[in-house]
Amino acid sequence: MTELTDLGLVALRDGVAHGDFTATEVAGAFNAAVAEANGALNAFIVTTPDHALAAAARVDAARAAGEPLGKLAGVPIGMKDLFATKGVQTTAASKILGGFVPPYESSVSQKLWDAGAGLLGKLNLDQFAMGSSNETSAFGNVISPWRATGDAALRAPGGSSGGSSAAVAARIVAAATGTDTGGSIRQPAAFTGITGIKPTYGRCSRWGVVAFASSLDQAGAMARDVTDCAVMLEAMAGFDPKDATSLDLPVPDWRAALSDDLRGRTVGIPREYRLDGLNGDVAASWDQGIAWLKDAGARVVDISLPHTRYALPAYYIIAPAEASSNLARYDGVRYGLRDLPPGANLQDMYAATRAAGFGPEVKRRIMIGTYVLSAGFYDAYYTQAQKVRALIARDFTQAFQDVDVILTPTAPSSAFVLGEKSADPLEMYLNDVFSVPASLAGLPAMSVPAGLDRAGLPLGLHLIGRPFDEQTVLDAGLAIERRAAFVARPAKWW
Amino acid sequence: MTYRITGTTGEWEVVIGLEVHAQIATASKLFSGAATAFGAEPNTQVSLIDAAMPGMLPVPNRECIRQAVRTGIAINAAINPWSRFDRKNYFYADLPQGYQISQLYHPLVGEGAVEITPDDKHPDQTKVIGVERIHVEQDAGKLMHDQHPTQSYVDLNRSGVALMEIVSKPDMRSPAEAGAYLAKLRTILRYVGSCDGNMDQGSMRADVNVSVRRPGAPFGTRTETKNVNSVRFVMATVDYEAKRQVKVLEAGGVIAQETRLFDPDSGTTRSMRSKEDAHDYRYFPDPDLLPLVLDPAFIDECRASLPELPDAKRQRYATTLGLSAYNAGVLTAEAETARWFEALLAHSAQLQGKAEADVARAAANWLTSELFGALNKLGTGLTDSPVSPEAGAALLALVGKGTISGSIAKHVLEKMLESGDAPDVIVAREGLTQTSDSGAIEAAAAAVLAANADKVAQYQAGKLALFGFFVGQTMKAMGGKANPQLVNDVLKAKLG
Repeated sequence: MTELTDLGLVALRDGVAHGDFTATEVAGAFNAAVAEANGALNAFIVTTPDHALAAAARVDAARAAGEPLGKLAGVPIGMKDLFATKGVQTTAASKILGGFVPPYESSVSQKLWDAGAGLLGKLNLDQFAMGSSNETSAFGNVISPWRATGDAALRAPGGSSGGSSAAVAARIVAAATGTDTGGSIRQPAAFTGITGIKPTYGRCSRWGVVAFASSLDQAGAMARDVTDCAVMLEAMAGFDPKDATSLDLPVPDWRAALSDDLRGRTVGIPREYRLDGLNGDVAASWDQGIAWLKDAGARVVDISLPHTRYALPAYYIIAPAEASSNLARYDGVRYGLRDLPPGANLQDMYAATRAAGFGPEVKRRIMIGTYVLSAGFYDAYYTQAQKVRALIARDFTQAFQDVDVILTPTAPSSAFVLGEKSADPLEMYLNDVFSVPASLAGLPAMSVPAGLDRAGLPLGLHLIGRPFDEQTVLDAGLAIERRAAFVARPAKWW
Repeated sequence: MTYRITGTTGEWEVVIGLEVHAQIATASKLFSGAATAFGAEPNTQVSLIDAAMPGMLPVPNRECIRQAVRTGIAINAAINPWSRFDRKNYFYADLPQGYQISQLYHPLVGEGAVEITPDDKHPDQTKVIGVERIHVEQDAGKLMHDQHPTQSYVDLNRSGVALMEIVSKPDMRSPAEAGAYLAKLRTILRYVGSCDGNMDQGSMRADVNVSVRRPGAPFGTRTETKNVNSVRFVMATVDYEAKRQVKVLEAGGVIAQETRLFDPDSGTTRSMRSKEDAHDYRYFPDPDLLPLVLDPAFIDECRASLPELPDAKRQRYATTLGLSAYNAGVLTAEAETARWFEALLAHSAQLQGKAEADVARAAANWLTSELFGALNKLGTGLTDSPVSPEAGAALLALVGKGTISGSIAKHVLEKMLESGDAPDVIVAREGLTQTSDSGAIEAAAAAVLAANADKVAQYQAGKLALFGFFVGQTMKAMGGKANPQLVNDVLKAKLG
């Protein structure tokens, strides 16, 4: 018999709607799976079994009363702990927000509850979403459910949405929210063999999401397949007057329009992404992806995105600059950690609180950001980076005159061993090399599982679309998904 | 008059620029829905956004932008259809976000001008002071140091309140010009309705930039005295600071570019922080906000919504209504005064069946000399006047129609202020109706002349100034109720 936790979002929702099982049974099964796994995976910072059960009870009652059910009725999910959840601790995986319980609900999570989803808990992440391995969390790193063949070394789940990716991959949540600033949904999705989509900047409200870099931060969906991602994203997206950068556009019915028939569509392959020394398995996976899309009827052409090589440096100026300002509010005055040494004045309190409350990677980025915005350096760094950003956006605009979607690898490698890159920030930053350009341009992009590398670890393929055209990204993702027939899942060791 | 400071080594010219912070008169804050009422209990007007809770986002308040644009149009300034908000980053306990959202690089309003009259005694002598820009920004909260022996408390009611920063050019050259500029700006803001101008409540405050130089020389180094909150204090700041700088320079010293504080008790300024201690504010475009793009129709609506402004009104009062330059200036100096005067004028014209221009001078004279004087004695102002424009117009109509004389009108006004009764009620009750009974007036005049035969002789010998004496005596004999014109006519006839 299939266990309930083996079912994805759409299957669970339909099963509840058809009466195959109750939402309460589903919540119970996932609560149990979370309780069993979390000690080993550390995917959750807090678990909220009662919330999941309460939401399920409401769904069961609504069904019994014959009321219409929401898109996510009876689906238990995890929320990245960057989303404020009313009455539930929200920490951004930091000490400085340790024990912080918001009196408000983020717009995205509210939409999910309104759609009938239940909260299993708050998922671990890199502190303030800064990291690619989950090793910067103040609550200990997440451990990927995946292991290489014949190798028990603990692997990174990717980051920053590493709790989300690990939990979806381990089948202990039906789906999860993520946020993506430079690849924080897509790289962990690729590392754990799941599907993750970052929509066009502005699709999902940022209201109530702890800010990292406001002009780049975008919430998205992480789930077991493309269809589940489409439905999850439909529930999360939509105009929010409380976010001045929110897109005032209707949310399409992406799922209904999903099609893997790519005849008449053109896929671009950017030559600048074929880096010297690109990992052979990654290159092979990319070639396989090209073949699959051709098989789905697409025309495939080489394109040029000439400013690609400047994307990562520009990103590591713009994102820290915004972060250095966004994180100034954590000062010990109103909420969160306060470290007030005896006899301390205000400046001492700031220094002590922020020294104790932020981890090393967060401090590094605050310092980089402060530096690049300083008098005398602003034009050389920040202004220049903004120019690069505009050029990168223009590269994409020009490319999309000829192609409908762009295919690249998601990350330069499969999941690395925990600790392997944590000593060298630059090597860690290189994880984002394929994902950052789409973030700088605000474009929709997703990672879909393409297969396993020779070590038995998942690899992802990355699709980038035109602004507002999540549909083509999802369609191309579905074409890959169907042809890759990716059924591998981590062997349960926890 | 050119203002100069005479030092021991010669004459010095003072150069002044003002940065005026004016609280935009809106019910809610610049980026949040929280209320802005003055005097509320601490921390009762604070939204999650104002407290900078994690994940909170600013959304611009359209009405704040509208009021700033209207203000810009009122000073004939360029309105920038594309502007942007920037973050000014610094840490302080009254600044929850750790940055102030302001506009450095692309302000909402560009260059404009304000015409001032530095000397009340010379209402025709005007000077134009340039305005560099107006930008919109958030106010900070307030620290309360007197609540606890070792700790400070934070009140965030003001946090996020919308301010306009109106930056002048360094065009002022005397304390009087600085005072006149600030007063005129306040008048304009009150006319526009974009700021209540209540400086004692902190709704308007000025950073005063002062430097001195030899006349015609390049600008000297300036100091900036922060948060000066009255016209008088701005003038005192300029006066003190200019003289201090002259003293320093003449002693061979140099002026440090620094921020200073004004002490209202001593009328002096003192150093707050030097340039070396200045913050690096790390301004950059606020990534939570899109650029502010104004629709031409929005700007047109702002323009159309403006009332008649003080300069235009003053001009109209002088030319169309025929008022003296002095009265035109006094009556337009405050929006409330002009509103009161125009109501008085409309009612007067209606009650007397005349054109406004025909009753304007009498109305203006009565308001500026009689009513202002009376209210002044009562220690009150026009807004709290017990006499309404309608009642004032009724009083003027009694004079205009010859029912009472001007001197009786003064008495009636006093009674109106005391009792709140209508003027015709007082006139009837006290039997004050003016008489035009020429027989009675002739008899009274004859008696006065007979009793003062010596003065009649002097008058007829050429001392014509005595005519007023005869008029006064006759009026006195008539109990003040005689028609003055008739008294004049009768006396002239009798004295030949």
